[in-house]
Amino acid sequence: MAKPTVAVYKYSSCDGCQLSILNLEDELLDLAGVVEIAYFLEARRQTLPGPYDIALVEGSVTTPHEAERIQEIRSQAKTLVAIGACATSGGIQALRNFTSVDDLAMAVYEHPEYLNTLPTSTPISENVKVDYELWGCPVNKYQLVEVIQALLQKRRPNLPTHSICLDCKRKGVVCVMVAYGIPCLGPGTRTGCGVLCPSNGRGCYGCFGPAPNADMKTIVTAMNFVERYPGEVKGLLTNISNYAPAFRQAAELPGVTPIQTRGDQP
Amino acid sequence: MNQDIQIPALARVEGEGALTVRLKDGVVNEIILNIYEPPRFFEGFLHGRYFQDVPDITARICGICPVAYQMSSVQALEAALQVTITPEVRQLRQLLYCAEYIESHALHIYLLQAPDLVGYESAISLAADAPDLVKKALRLKKIGNDLLKSIGGRSVHPVNTCVGGFYRWPSVDAIHTLVPELEWAKQVSIDTARWAATLSYPDFEQDYEFVALNRIDEYAIYDGYIASSTGKRVDPVDFEKNFLETHVEHSNALHSHTAENHTYFVGPLARFNLNYKKLRPIARDTAKEIGLKPTVRNPYKGLLARAIELVHATDLAIELANDYHPQGPSNKEIKVRPGEGWGVSEAPRGLLYHRYVVDEQGLVRFARITPPTAQNFAQMEADLWALAPSVVKLPQEEASLSFEHLLRSYDPCISCATHFLKLKIERE
Repeated sequence: MAKPTVAVYKYSSCDGCQLSILNLEDELLDLAGVVEIAYFLEARRQTLPGPYDIALVEGSVTTPHEAERIQEIRSQAKTLVAIGACATSGGIQALRNFTSVDDLAMAVYEHPEYLNTLPTSTPISENVKVDYELWGCPVNKYQLVEVIQALLQKRRPNLPTHSICLDCKRKGVVCVMVAYGIPCLGPGTRTGCGVLCPSNGRGCYGCFGPAPNADMKTIVTAMNFVERYPGEVKGLLTNISNYAPAFRQAAELPGVTPIQTRGDQP
Repeated sequence: MNQDIQIPALARVEGEGALTVRLKDGVVNEIILNIYEPPRFFEGFLHGRYFQDVPDITARICGICPVAYQMSSVQALEAALQVTITPEVRQLRQLLYCAEYIESHALHIYLLQAPDLVGYESAISLAADAPDLVKKALRLKKIGNDLLKSIGGRSVHPVNTCVGGFYRWPSVDAIHTLVPELEWAKQVSIDTARWAATLSYPDFEQDYEFVALNRIDEYAIYDGYIASSTGKRVDPVDFEKNFLETHVEHSNALHSHTAENHTYFVGPLARFNLNYKKLRPIARDTAKEIGLKPTVRNPYKGLLARAIELVHATDLAIELANDYHPQGPSNKEIKVRPGEGWGVSEAPRGLLYHRYVVDEQGLVRFARITPPTAQNFAQMEADLWALAPSVVKLPQEEASLSFEHLLRSYDPCISCATHFLKLKIERE
């Protein structure tokens, strides 16, 4: 029987999630043994024609060309998995969605007419149907293995959705918000990173996106209590997963101090 | 070759680029290195961010060298805020940088460039015939990633770096237990250099201007003055006066040249050529053993310089790891004040420049970042032209591979290069 085929694509992104595949140093060659890596430009020159059994898509859609190409990739893929914060929420570059693209793009280029960019950075799911989403900046590479394994075994992947806060309690990591008064987005953020920030004595900044069903209103109220400078909570909500609906809405809640620069740009 | 070359998507590089070579009457008439990787406007959205958010955000410019972005940005912001870090922090940052060099150089040598030299389309195919070699390469890369993880929490976008130092000292045990692995990595790095020296490299030399950081007391990676092979020395404060960028039509990245309007070359080859004498003795001995000495003018041999830097980085990492006994606070308290600061460090791919202006609230009011690959683009194009006359005589597929190999030898990081665009308002 032919091996199932896997294709890896890059959209607007930093390459970090694709690199997470290459960072599977102990598993990479085994992986290449059970699936046919049919299209993965960062890793190999050879490409095999579609359709593919699994397409892993890194990055967000930010250009007309990308918006067109994702339709083609969807039609070629049996199962499409969006990997990473850019693909699932638009990524850090979705900050453009809150400002005029003129301010960012047209004004910053010497020759804006050379550019061909969309006014927004959108997750893959806003463009085509996505079968599975792996959150994280970068993705947890073992979650990636789990998804591929599950697809090969024809079962649903086991992707927990509880919040980081629960992981801290399980690991016995001291709560940075309660003990040190540091605003932490952990109660509202999806599990997956292994509580890296609280373990290092800092608050979570939401790389893994919102945990489904998190009560953001209560969480934001608690964070506002310990805000150390104006706009700190807003900064956490408008970071890596800024365009994820739950964070985006929370950032607009009354009581969240806006970030305001005084005067004009020097 | 008797037809145009169209490579719509370059393989085994970081990010997206295309190459078109057009012939007219049997000679190369046009070469277009099209960087279609979309721009992400980091400089635009850093505006208005609190200074302490910056290292987390700039890390996202590049998944392969996030540490470089963090190191250049924290140094620039520390300069702006007039913060002096402790020697212990500097040493841990050097160790973190060593980890990134090990991970990134192992990736480039074995997975990105070497397949061209040994005649494979990828390391995945190579593994079928030489499993031990590829397994060794992956273990070497993993050791770099493990060290990154032990200091920064994870290897891609580590979380522990902050302006003023580190959020928390990594555990002494976590660092010390890696020493035996690093010893293995050092030996494998020496073997890598010996193996790489047996490969045959295309015969192609150019008269480059090399630019790299330089220090009197060490092989400059974390910080230093900017030195050029022309003898010029530039204070990081004057970088923008000496190295200029222009926006060209076929590219979403800016192209750099010197104030004298010359292309220049940054990266491992530049560092090796300019700072050879500052290499750790074992790295210098390895270079001597394989017959590599300055000045190396063959860009394909950047791979050899990377291998020598692997020896240097593993050797330095062992010393820093053994000496790691942190005392006192892991970061300096910061008094917010308005200011401007510059930071330059040597990313695995070359010089990485940052400049920020911070206001009285600690918010970024201006950001300028010049990544290494943007500085190399103009040189890469010049090289493609220089290579073209010999390549047109080759069969089509070989010609295409030859151009691709040249580009890959630069280890271009196209994702980085498109994210920084000069802030200049020009309206008709």
